[in-house]
Amino acid sequence: MNWFDESALTLAVFTPIVGMAIVLLIPKAHEQAMKVVALLTSLVTLGVGVGILSRFDFDHSARIGRFEIDTSWIDMIHSRYHMGIDGISLPLLLLSMLITTSCIIYSWNHFPAPHNPKGFLALMLLLEVGMNGTFCALDLILFFVFFELVLLPMFFMIGVWGGPRREYASIKFFLFTLFGSALMLLSFIALFFLVDVPRSVTVDHFNHTFDMVLLAKAGGRELVSSTQLLIFAGMFLGFAIKVPMFPFHTWLPDAHTEAPTVGSVLLAAILLKLGAYGFIRIALPILPEAARDWAPWIGLLAVIGIIYGALACLAQRDMKRLIAFSSVAHMGFVMLGIATLTTFGINAAVFGMVAHGLITGMLFFIAGSVQERFETRELSRLGGLLTQAPKLGWILGFCAMASLGLPGLAGFWGEFPAILSAYSPAAGISEVTFRVYMTVAAIGTVLASGYLLWMLQRVAFGTPKAEWEGTHIHDVHVSEWIAWTPLLLLIVVLGVFPNLLFRMTNPAVTHLVGGMSRVLGG
Amino acid sequence: MSPRFDYHALAPEIILSATIVVVLIADFFFKERSRWQTSRIASIGVLAALVPVITLAVDGTTRSMFDGAYVVDNYAIALKGFFLLVAYVTLLLSVDYISEGDYYQGEYYFLMLTSVLGMLFMTSARDLISIFVALETISIPTFVLAGWRKHDPKSNEAAIKYYLIGVLSSAVMLYGMSFIFGLSGSTLLSDISRYAFRQGADIPLFLVAIFLTLVGFAFKVSAVPFHFWAPDTYEGSPTPVTAFLSVASKAGGFVALLTIVYFGFFFAPEGWQPILWALAAASMTIGNLTALRQTNIVRMLAYSSIAQGGFILVPLAVAADGTAARSSFEAVVIYLLIYGAMNLGAFAVVIAVARRTRSGEIDSYSGLGQTAPALATLMSVFLFSLAGLPPLAGWFAKFVMFRAVFDAGTPAAVTLGVIAAVNSVIAFFYYAAVVRRMWLHDVPEGAVMAEPTLPPALSMAIGLTAAVVLVIGIYPQLFARIGELAARG
Repeated sequence: MNWFDESALTLAVFTPIVGMAIVLLIPKAHEQAMKVVALLTSLVTLGVGVGILSRFDFDHSARIGRFEIDTSWIDMIHSRYHMGIDGISLPLLLLSMLITTSCIIYSWNHFPAPHNPKGFLALMLLLEVGMNGTFCALDLILFFVFFELVLLPMFFMIGVWGGPRREYASIKFFLFTLFGSALMLLSFIALFFLVDVPRSVTVDHFNHTFDMVLLAKAGGRELVSSTQLLIFAGMFLGFAIKVPMFPFHTWLPDAHTEAPTVGSVLLAAILLKLGAYGFIRIALPILPEAARDWAPWIGLLAVIGIIYGALACLAQRDMKRLIAFSSVAHMGFVMLGIATLTTFGINAAVFGMVAHGLITGMLFFIAGSVQERFETRELSRLGGLLTQAPKLGWILGFCAMASLGLPGLAGFWGEFPAILSAYSPAAGISEVTFRVYMTVAAIGTVLASGYLLWMLQRVAFGTPKAEWEGTHIHDVHVSEWIAWTPLLLLIVVLGVFPNLLFRMTNPAVTHLVGGMSRVLGG
Repeated sequence: MSPRFDYHALAPEIILSATIVVVLIADFFFKERSRWQTSRIASIGVLAALVPVITLAVDGTTRSMFDGAYVVDNYAIALKGFFLLVAYVTLLLSVDYISEGDYYQGEYYFLMLTSVLGMLFMTSARDLISIFVALETISIPTFVLAGWRKHDPKSNEAAIKYYLIGVLSSAVMLYGMSFIFGLSGSTLLSDISRYAFRQGADIPLFLVAIFLTLVGFAFKVSAVPFHFWAPDTYEGSPTPVTAFLSVASKAGGFVALLTIVYFGFFFAPEGWQPILWALAAASMTIGNLTALRQTNIVRMLAYSSIAQGGFILVPLAVAADGTAARSSFEAVVIYLLIYGAMNLGAFAVVIAVARRTRSGEIDSYSGLGQTAPALATLMSVFLFSLAGLPPLAGWFAKFVMFRAVFDAGTPAAVTLGVIAAVNSVIAFFYYAAVVRRMWLHDVPEGAVMAEPTLPPALSMAIGLTAAVVLVIGIYPQLFARIGELAARG
């Protein structure tokens, strides 16, 4: 199995691009063939993911060891094709593979106007390349390229297949993210030039590097703290826009509302994670001191996001927009966990990301299905889904419960430990401040129950509105069942056995926090 | 002592010259209907000239002739290859355009290849006179090419403007060069460099002479404020000629600039750095801001190429600061290679679209994503590459440019870097505006669509350039290596 270990990550990242090329070569008339190829590609990719999982060394999940690839890429700028996964990136990589597969299955008979499955499937596969690559990259420039690669497919997905205001939404999405990533790149280059690493550790014996692992070892020790703060701020903007954190979230509701269903799902389930992942993988370990100094501010924005997102949800009339704002709130919990800089908090954050990906992904799927059946997402026009399409109604109820953090379902293990972790943040960060945050975040969970139950009540309970009388509403389709079942199962399984995931993340997180505290301690 | 000829080193030039003669003569013998054969001869000649370029590259030794006035080193070889490939793609673009336009055939290819011959000379020229002769060999045929559409007043205007400006800039440049010769006593760049190192920087007249010479080059590369001929000329010329002017002829000017700055003036940075700094800043800013307002795609690309020229000047303007000497050289070479591929590609699509819509207005691109998804996709690829978005080749060009700025590290360099960064964002808007039209807007009502098939030559040109843009975007080391070798040679 040696060949597998050596090429697993390359396969995981680039298999979709092969599928994309084949899809593009198939003549327009053969839609069925395109769908089959796209599905097979995503399944093969998922298969590679499962293979990685089965060979993953759980006892040493902190180490990047087994699947690491480190070969030359752009020698001229000392950037290498360095990829690897640990317990933090593996769950997200698998999530990305799973959600893409679900999206392709869901699209089977639901291609949004203007149809054109060729373009749609090709973009979805290209998107997967970018997402998977971002989670695997261990070189800053490689990371940047994958991070940017995600931009174009999503832009076209929203812009071409989106709702009425798609043009505005897609451009806004594009410009916000582009602005953030430009600053992020600037920070990366600054790190390259300013951080000195010992010549003996780099492959090309050069004293500057883009390698995340080596930069994390250096920990920014010799940087003046003002420089550190500036570089961190650049990365912060790049990642925070993607997460998105309050007040950089304004692109998100528009993008989600206008995006086609699977666009929303991918955006919520994976794209938002890229930002938070960037914090954990890059910003914290490479500049721990700056992270500590910025932590209270990140925490502040996180809790503002929690409350603001929740309040905004209560004011929405559009189902998708409501779920979009709930994402702002949920990612607030994730960021609060990260801001504590503790093992406990970051574990919770990773779990929260996976749970949010599954649950909010599902909610967007349902919102899309509701829209398809009723041709509206206006909460005031919906109602009585449970009598019209009981199965769909129950699934919505289930996901709403999961989203509000009901114990026993996945959402709980993202939210609850994140709040708890704020009780005692890492050394050097004001406890009082974070305990205030903790209280505020706890209030946020109450609000979350409020808006989610309110949405459930408006959509599912009651009797159908008069305008739908006599219209036949189809209950859950076969393709929907196939696409959703794995997600629904995982929500339950991870809710009941959270340790499945924590076992994977914990050693890696401990290792990461250990490295940070070594820098901070001495 | 009679000059020694190294026939291997001169083989590309010799093959190309022979091709030029054959093309010119062959045209007399072909019947009207088989005139298109000349294009085939031209293409074969260009590709044949690539063969010795490759053998020279494999050989890798530096060959110097005529007391060092004509040098074939890695730098020259890399750029000879570049110019020949650009010429090949331009020929692909021209074939159908020229044969359908009911214009004269043979002369077109004769003129274009002569200009390419000038470019090959330019890469090896290390002497003021050979640089000047090469530059004029590049320019004079293009004056005629710009006026190819004789019955179109716009084309006439294009040619006249281009000719007058070209002559004026040559005069200014020669005037500057005459001072340099008077002061240093030699036309050889190596002697001038020695002179600049010993005393040049202290002599005001030398700095004035550098200034005049660079102004001449600024016209050639259409750097602001010496750019005003470019948009009119670009718009009026036949589109394949425009592509040739904006890529090959412009690159020829940059190669001359790079040669003369690095091998001649390098040790008198007081003379050239401030001018190049100002030219770079002005070209980027004015080029981009004006491009934002354009409604014609060729004019937009014209201003975009002025702005891109500004980006290419950035590393050159900081070359003498800090440790930037080497990385600046690499940056200019790499940027030129990448710029050539993406700009030629964009023009190729413009030609293809104009065949369908008979229009060069940006409005006519509305809804292209629905009527011609493949063309629209490729156009998006080229435009986003010009904008510098990974993973398309343009990002690496911008990256090496910024790397040179970081290596220089002086306040002036950093300021220029900031100006470049702001300009990258501005540029993004007009490139994205076209993409938006293609994909997010509907086909305008009453739009005429003609001839949806793409001729094979044009498809090949688009395919080749797109392949370069994608491959270099993902694996930039290929071009990076060429840049490194060029800087070493």
